[in-house]
Amino acid sequence: MNRITKSDHSFDHYIIDLLNATDDELNEIAKTLGLGLSLQELRFIRDHYLIKEKKATDIELQTYDQTYSEHCSHKTFKGFVNTPEGTINGLLKSYIKKETDEINAPWCYSVFEDNAGIVDLSYEIAVAIKVETHNHPSAIEPFGGAATGLGGVIRDILGVWANPIACTDVLCFGPLNYPYNKLPEGVKHPSYLFNGVIDGIGSYGNSIGIPTVNGATVFDEDYTGNVVVYAGCIGVLRKEEYVKEVKKGDYVVLAGGKTGLDGIHGVTFASAELTKESETTSRPAVQVGNPIEEEKLKRAIKQISEERLGSGITDIGGGGISCGVCETADKYNLGVQIDLDKIPLKAAKMAPWEIWISESQERMLLAVPPKNLEKVIQIFKDEQTDATAIGRYDDSGLAKLFYHEVKIAEIDLKSLFEPPKTTRISAWIPPKFVEPELDVPTDLGLILKKMLASYNIASKEKVVRRYDHEVKGQTVVKPLQGWNAGPNNAAVLKPLEDSLIGVVVSSGLNPRFGKIDPYWMAASSIDEAYRNNIAVGGRRIALLDNFTWGNPEYPDRMGSLVEACKACYEIGKTYEAPFISGKDSLYNESPLGPVAPTLLITALGIIPDITTAVTMDLKKPGSSLYIIGETKTELGGSEYYNLYGYLGNLVPKVDAQNAINSYKKLTTAIDSKLVLSCHDLSDGGLGVALAETSFTGGLGIKINLEKVPVSEEMRLDYLLFSESNSRLLVEVSDNNAQQFEKIMQGTKYSKIGTVTSEPQLEILYLNKKILREPLNELIKAWKTPLEGPR
Amino acid sequence: MKRQDIRVLLMRAPGTNCDLEALRAFRDLEVTAELIHSQKLFKTKNLDDYNIIFFPGGFSYGDYVRSGAIWAKEMEYRIGKELKAFVEKGKPVIGVCNGFQVLVETGFLPAFNGKSIEPEAALGNNTHGYQCRWIRMKKVNKGNCRMLSEIREGTIIQNPVAHGEGRFILPPTNLVKLLEKLYENDQVVFKYCKEDGSPANEDWPINPNGALDDIAGICNPEGNVLGLMPHPERAYYGHLMPTWTSTGLKKYGDGYQFFESIIKYTEKNF
Repeated sequence: MNRITKSDHSFDHYIIDLLNATDDELNEIAKTLGLGLSLQELRFIRDHYLIKEKKATDIELQTYDQTYSEHCSHKTFKGFVNTPEGTINGLLKSYIKKETDEINAPWCYSVFEDNAGIVDLSYEIAVAIKVETHNHPSAIEPFGGAATGLGGVIRDILGVWANPIACTDVLCFGPLNYPYNKLPEGVKHPSYLFNGVIDGIGSYGNSIGIPTVNGATVFDEDYTGNVVVYAGCIGVLRKEEYVKEVKKGDYVVLAGGKTGLDGIHGVTFASAELTKESETTSRPAVQVGNPIEEEKLKRAIKQISEERLGSGITDIGGGGISCGVCETADKYNLGVQIDLDKIPLKAAKMAPWEIWISESQERMLLAVPPKNLEKVIQIFKDEQTDATAIGRYDDSGLAKLFYHEVKIAEIDLKSLFEPPKTTRISAWIPPKFVEPELDVPTDLGLILKKMLASYNIASKEKVVRRYDHEVKGQTVVKPLQGWNAGPNNAAVLKPLEDSLIGVVVSSGLNPRFGKIDPYWMAASSIDEAYRNNIAVGGRRIALLDNFTWGNPEYPDRMGSLVEACKACYEIGKTYEAPFISGKDSLYNESPLGPVAPTLLITALGIIPDITTAVTMDLKKPGSSLYIIGETKTELGGSEYYNLYGYLGNLVPKVDAQNAINSYKKLTTAIDSKLVLSCHDLSDGGLGVALAETSFTGGLGIKINLEKVPVSEEMRLDYLLFSESNSRLLVEVSDNNAQQFEKIMQGTKYSKIGTVTSEPQLEILYLNKKILREPLNELIKAWKTPLEGPR
Repeated sequence: MKRQDIRVLLMRAPGTNCDLEALRAFRDLEVTAELIHSQKLFKTKNLDDYNIIFFPGGFSYGDYVRSGAIWAKEMEYRIGKELKAFVEKGKPVIGVCNGFQVLVETGFLPAFNGKSIEPEAALGNNTHGYQCRWIRMKKVNKGNCRMLSEIREGTIIQNPVAHGEGRFILPPTNLVKLLEKLYENDQVVFKYCKEDGSPANEDWPINPNGALDDIAGICNPEGNVLGLMPHPERAYYGHLMPTWTSTGLKKYGDGYQFFESIIKYTEKNF
């Protein structure tokens, strides 16, 4: 039988008869309407309509589709996971939120609740932060995909009444020299994606006038088919302006850009695998960005929040008006009535369901008490943008949609937000890779230069300079340090005019480790983000998790996800660093296979006095150079193995208890003003860190390699390039050395050498010179690979 | 006039985004500074209450068509007469980055023979695309730009630039003559330079955008309209300088003298 029939109204509107529909019929309905709902969900909806004794409409089913999508409901993280060891009732609840709850930090202001995580900055002011992914759109249309990814996360910050002060971006591409003839149909070349994504982020962030202050650019084969784009935003708000009190009778006000045909089914697209047809079938799912529209919104919303004229706010992102309106109504135990005719359109002909779910950019949804409506609309008008009351909240518990004065949908909000729980199967089988047997190289200097020139280590100046990191005049520690532009560990911002308190932002990402062991990959990323924050003087650190994974319906992908979540709980808890927000992007699969399991950790710390912040460049000839932490034979997933084409097995682990002890003491040393410079050891290990700190400061180094604390006897090349976690290089002025050593007592540390005025890096081992390279050679090797015309 | 009586007007349009740091600088110097949406001014047309007009940086109206062009045309049409009158009174008008582009597009700069109808110069595409980086610029003006007279000729200033269209160029058909005229009139104010002050010779990245003869900022022949690509407002405080952790922290950065000089000049002369 034909279950879909057109209604007698003059516009696009269909009635769907779900009564006793078979599985095949349900699947057929989903296919015809372009829904991504699973059979389990379709049956649930069918049974719901049976109880309600009514037929469904197309716009109602579209609403379920949007809300139940992986992108909006995070069903993998909230559902059951069957593992060989038993069932996990929600990864989010069992690991991530559990960590936050058990730490129970009093400075967490609002976590896992709103559009962004919010922590205290001072008694009256809070900091909000959110990081999002925009992988699928960027793979299809890199400029628009990346730009709107940034636009979306900025709206998340506006969506907690905060004023955006900075952005972050972390990007993962395939190798820029990937052979064209190896690219499968439908996969775009990494260099095309690289240029498009960077231009997109630059264009949006620069135009809207928010500095991009922290990030990373990573290259790996496993990103060739699945480009990864993380965009983050940080904002500040006065706590008294954080208004959440939507009441019956309040108006639903839609502000900003007009609604069009761009971004239809974006969340459905984001919750499916990429195929060679994605280019043609999913192009309409990618939105089009207009940063100036969002700039105007930003100004208006700031004024509305200062005058406290709204009762609630949220952004319109994935799922369009449908999700924004229904989520708000449900959150406040209300109902809502919407008049779709009132929504300003930019496309000539749109079906009502398209208006309802379109993800057109630069739109915000406000709840406004009747007495303030006129004033709110005038404020938007003064900024030369639109705001329209499109409906009102009521106490019905229903979402009622009207079009041409016809009621075309009536959705029970409870059924919308209590979807059936998904069950995933997890089975983690650790892979085995060859542990290479390499000859010890004779020319370590040459190897160091090759390491510096590898895409993952080489200067990202080319990328960073395309983003304005100075606008707003608050960037105290910049992404690139000084005139030689070495990579700083973290950014420091001074957001308040009348206070020296600073916000510290850093990130950690170790995709290659994830291919070997997702647990230690996650642990390493947490440690990296945390120690980068500590290195500049940050403390009281909050974490954000952003998972980019393959299709969770495969037990191995799910298994590795469980491993990573376990690490988040265990390492995060030891560090007493609560998770405050996160996001997952699953289904990152392409004809080239799944994405490398990638967990981005963003760390948000504070520094009580920005004038004590520490940068990574050497400062003073004659000062002592210390290493903190222990070096181990852990080269699995290292850049050094990668140089020879190996992955290896011995992935770096994290000794969390020892690490946190060292970090706490280092913070004491920084606060005692003993630390001249500090640089974290990550990709390329000690060798690369020495080179970077040295050429950035324009000063030389002479070290004795045998002084480096090791867990066992090590080959010199491994000693130089091992990527063991929790290590830092610290420069201390000679006359403070004693005091520094006293503070560091009880930790693994050692003085390994001195800073010299000779412009060279000199490494001795038992008095034998094993490496001597002039700084200009090192900096040249490091700066060349990504420079030159694009 | 007294410092506290000085009133600075900062104009903004959709996409203006360097207004707060500029506002902060003026307020730190204890003058009254107001940030006003140009739409409001189009209605009141009231510029007479102000002593200084400052056009901040950003991407006015998205900089679609050409940087600054849309805002400039809109202003020309809505308050062109009032702006011209303000300039003719000799009061300081300053444009930074997008503000500089706007002043060129409105014809207030370089204004060889008074305000031009068509732009007489251009701030074209950078040779290396959009760039956010710190540069050094030298004050080369011999005194015509009187609002900067507190900054000694030859002073080297570190400021950030952040733009994709800031390459100062003159019409190729008459380039040599116009460039000569620019120097003759003492209209060149800042030039990109090396660490020791020697010319950048149009070498990237010392000259970050490929500007003709390393020109970073110019004024009109009368000296009271000033435009520059680098951002002194982002170098106002010491902790914003690029090497403060190694060279020592001072309260103010290199951008301070720029604003201080403008205010002192206004104090003395109006």
